[in-house]
Amino acid sequence: MENIPINTDSPSVIQEIIYQLKIKDVMSKDLITLRKSGTMRNVQVTMAKYKLSAIPITNSMRILGLVSIEDIIKALDYGYINDKIEKHMTRKLIVLEDDMPLSFAISYFNKYNFGRFPVLNKEKELVGIISMRDINAKLLEHLNSAMQALENSILNENPSTIQSNEKIFQTTKFNFEIAGKASTEIKKSLKKLNLDRKFIRRVAVASYELEINQVVHSDGGTIKAIFDKDKITIIAKDRGPGIPDLKKALTEGFSTANDWIRSLGFGAGMGLPNSKRVADGFDIESSESGTTVKVDFNIPKELI
Amino acid sequence: MKTDELEKNLGLVPAYNDYEINNIVTGFTSDLLSDVMGNADEDSVLITIQAHKNTIACCSLAGITAVIICSGRKVPQDMIDAAKDEGIAIFTTKDNQFTTSFKVHGIL
Repeated sequence: MENIPINTDSPSVIQEIIYQLKIKDVMSKDLITLRKSGTMRNVQVTMAKYKLSAIPITNSMRILGLVSIEDIIKALDYGYINDKIEKHMTRKLIVLEDDMPLSFAISYFNKYNFGRFPVLNKEKELVGIISMRDINAKLLEHLNSAMQALENSILNENPSTIQSNEKIFQTTKFNFEIAGKASTEIKKSLKKLNLDRKFIRRVAVASYELEINQVVHSDGGTIKAIFDKDKITIIAKDRGPGIPDLKKALTEGFSTANDWIRSLGFGAGMGLPNSKRVADGFDIESSESGTTVKVDFNIPKELI
Repeated sequence: MKTDELEKNLGLVPAYNDYEINNIVTGFTSDLLSDVMGNADEDSVLITIQAHKNTIACCSLAGITAVIICSGRKVPQDMIDAAKDEGIAIFTTKDNQFTTSFKVHGIL
């Protein structure tokens, strides 16, 4: 069977979905269960009635085993359909936990050739069951809205308005995998223009800080670099949620980043102050629908 | 001082071999990437415990060509891959940032 593709080369929007969605967001929660004292025939009838391909066998909330449609076919084949469930149910179960990211479930489907996995909560109680069908349905639902958002953002950035001396990059919330890419590309373009290292570094500092700010604090946005003859402009525009107190945000050391962001070395409260310090011009506007920061750098006359 | 001399003189462990050799003029010690970005000098060696890929992006933009990961922290593969691409050397040491900074300062 072909592997379900799940890797770090996937577009960030896909990765975001499979790492941020938890198994409990995707699994089927309407459980039909049977007790082990019933017969395999009971299972068969219940499966037919509710159109199920597997039934967990439980004792109150504890899972004891699973009977799949394959087990029923065997029971019919070998003539033990009237035997007790406990005699034939699958007892060796691979289970998932409801708090795991969806990526775990996908890699389990890759690893084991099962049609579904029972899902337990922290108290080891059966809370759901997950199949590829559940995953497909939820993924499509999220892909639809992600594509919609992407289309909207493209519409906002009307391609005909992007000039030949401009470059534009997208950022995604919490995607540290590609954080820094826009700044690295901008730096490469500046190097080609034969500008001096100190000047390039000032632009790189500002674009990196603004890019990381979008990844850490915003719902995602764009970083645009404009390469004019006499100046370089960076425009960082995000889709919200906006900065409630601009004065505080511009104060060195003030940060709203949480602990895990800080553990990565970000969230020192120096992003905006650093950008402002290195730039020749600094402009910021913020509302709930988004923040736009514009910084510019005058190219030294002797370099023009 | 050249990158490979720094390795030999301080007994550092390279995270990968055949790294790009550069001239190292000074050092900078910090675990805050914004601090590194804003304040580290070019051609520094960065002394830190931030063993992840974003540190390399930050070094590359700040013009830093070597990183020393302290306190025996493990260097993940994606960080090594990024460092190779950007021509940045990575070393590890069991020493903490304080001791490493002292040693680096002593030989530069």
